[in-house]
Amino acid sequence: MGVETLPVFTTRKDAVLAWGQKNSLWPMPFGTACCAIEFMGVAASVFDIARFGAELVRFSPRQADLLLVAGTVTFKQAPILKQIYEQMPDPKWVISMGVCASSGGFYNNYTVVQGIDQIIPVDVYISGCPPRPEAILEAIIKLQHKIENPQTTPAAQFKAKEPHFDF
Amino acid sequence: MDGQALLEKISAKFSGTVKGSMDRFGQLEIQLEAKVIPDVIQFLRDDSECAFNMLIDIVSIDYSAFPDWTGDRFGAVYLLKSLTLGHRAQLKVAVSESNPEIPTISRLYANANWLEREAFDQIGIRFEGHPNLKRILNHHEFVGHPLRKDYPITRRQALSTNESLMDEMTVRLKEKGWE
Amino acid sequence: MIDNFDTKTLLPVRSSQGLDSLKHQEKKDLVLVNLGPSHPATHGTLRAFLALDGETIAAAVTEIGYLHRGFEKDCEAHTFQQCIPYTDRLNYVSAMINNVGFCKAVERMLDVQVPERAIAIRVLACELNRIIDHLVCAGANLVDIGALTNFWYTFNVREKVYNILEKLCGARLTSSYTRIGGLSRDLYPEFDIEVKAVLKEIQKSVKEVKTLISTNRIFLDRTKGICIISKERAISYGWTGPTLRATGVEYDLRKSDPYYNYQNYQFDIPVGSVGDVYDRIILRFYEIEESIHIIEQVLSKLPKGPVMTDDKRVALPPKQQTYGNIEGLMNHFKIIMHGICPAPGELYDFTEAANGELGFYIVADGNKNPYRVKCRPPCFMNFAAYGEMIEGAMVADAVANLGSINIIAGELDR
Repeated sequence: MGVETLPVFTTRKDAVLAWGQKNSLWPMPFGTACCAIEFMGVAASVFDIARFGAELVRFSPRQADLLLVAGTVTFKQAPILKQIYEQMPDPKWVISMGVCASSGGFYNNYTVVQGIDQIIPVDVYISGCPPRPEAILEAIIKLQHKIENPQTTPAAQFKAKEPHFDF
Repeated sequence: MDGQALLEKISAKFSGTVKGSMDRFGQLEIQLEAKVIPDVIQFLRDDSECAFNMLIDIVSIDYSAFPDWTGDRFGAVYLLKSLTLGHRAQLKVAVSESNPEIPTISRLYANANWLEREAFDQIGIRFEGHPNLKRILNHHEFVGHPLRKDYPITRRQALSTNESLMDEMTVRLKEKGWE
Repeated sequence: MIDNFDTKTLLPVRSSQGLDSLKHQEKKDLVLVNLGPSHPATHGTLRAFLALDGETIAAAVTEIGYLHRGFEKDCEAHTFQQCIPYTDRLNYVSAMINNVGFCKAVERMLDVQVPERAIAIRVLACELNRIIDHLVCAGANLVDIGALTNFWYTFNVREKVYNILEKLCGARLTSSYTRIGGLSRDLYPEFDIEVKAVLKEIQKSVKEVKTLISTNRIFLDRTKGICIISKERAISYGWTGPTLRATGVEYDLRKSDPYYNYQNYQFDIPVGSVGDVYDRIILRFYEIEESIHIIEQVLSKLPKGPVMTDDKRVALPPKQQTYGNIEGLMNHFKIIMHGICPAPGELYDFTEAANGELGFYIVADGNKNPYRVKCRPPCFMNFAAYGEMIEGAMVADAVANLGSINIIAGELDR
């Protein structure tokens, strides 16, 4: 293959890889509270998450590529979330499900982290308390669009920064 | 047995320790001194006419912001229930801020262990003789007692690492016979 | 060294050592393992720190508080009406029971007469939520044991109940259906037809699950005789609800301290015998049947009338009056801005939630916010016994046991 065709080869390879990654997201449900119940509803057969290739929920971070933080993260839970995130191999994406994970929800008090993006980088935020299963599926689709274009929309992990708590 | 009869029974057996009583929407609350709590509750549990075999809850209250409050700062309410006879009891203990100590009842009821830990964690009442008076709901690097009225609700405290629990584990292993 | 063989069982016998000597084995042979707080079998975030001797648990230490969201402090910072959404998130799989529990306590404090129709609908909502709580508990517990199909059966019918709850109050999970003084809205017109249809679906699902598990050798071996707790120990731990009834104590608050006309409904209390994991799971299916009977009775004699009291201290006036005349506007303004201010006092009130006695101890000081709200969570007592129950069992039994005592972290940690 000549040098002229190499860029075509790599873009095609990226497209094929992106297609593979987006259609086989293996979520790790980091479910803490009520949103975990809605996630169980999404995984059940009415709102099938298997249609997106994501039914293989992997409770080991080493085998997952999508960290789905569902529920409130308290300060006691925060080091564990960071550790689980760091244990996941690249490439990885994070969906913050529900308002508690996205911004602390209506718990503006002494125990709740006001958004997990103070600890780990987040790719897609889902609002709702709890979000409807269709909202979760829409977030999966949005994430799939993000994965398809790694140049224009890189994964949030590449913007990773040290945890900072905005008290 | 209704509240008045229970009050008379306790006053008869532990004379001088009942500080008062108040009607709380149909349930009589009996106010006692802190130091007699284990004896009174043991009597209530073992006496055949009382038979309060279940500890429902221990509620800890900080009265410092209560309007026109003149008594001690903290209160602890013991809620008891008898499954066999069907009646309930409500005992209240007042402890001051300078000496917030109540003797423990963790050897009387198995759930008192955790309930007293929660009262300590949230309000700061110490229970003398408790086997493991540690924080239970807040993390181990937390400073202060969040349900006190002078603790602002948005004062957040981050945690650096979770505790390893080896201290509790070594104690437990020793109890189970592993040196 | 293996000296000889036991001729009866043909197993090798260590002639000089018995099992007692294992107790004095060195501690360094034990493996320390964390079950949680991030673990598929921990329903919600809790941690059990185990010391394993092979596969058997030698010692267990538990830790909670990973979902402590400051419910009690938040209640002190909000008005009584604003506390209701916080109560939803306590036991989030059966949210309406928490709403009813809180509103019942505040109404008793204010001495507000809730209309009969609202009381009957509250009973109906509680029983429906009790059913879905037991479905989640049983489904999740069976998944942990390995029986994944039952999860689909129970969750699919839960979706059908969600459709009804959504039409009723607007949300699937966190309903905030009750208000102080009654309910937020009345039933929709086709409610009783849809509920009767879904009750049939629930019965069908429960029958399918029971067919799969009741004579299943694997299920029976994994649950019978596992993690038994005695009656006396359960009572000492303050257990109430289905976990206590599984040990053989016939105690249900709906029968012993009836409220909301429960004494007028015919229902039985299923009681277990042994107090093992099997009893705790199967008892829940019988309780679902009893709840279905109660719902059918409620629907058959549902009284007509308003669903909100007309007590002007708590009930918002109808919109025509709020916008129409000055008294309505003032009433609305006072309730929203100045709040409902109960006279200073303290009250403990309880309901029979899906897990047991859910109590609220409310201290009011005459202001619009409660002075102190303490929630008495049934799961807290259940989990306090967990460490003791799993010692001596194997790791797989610990997982099966955790599901059977139905820990909902939102309620455990508040």
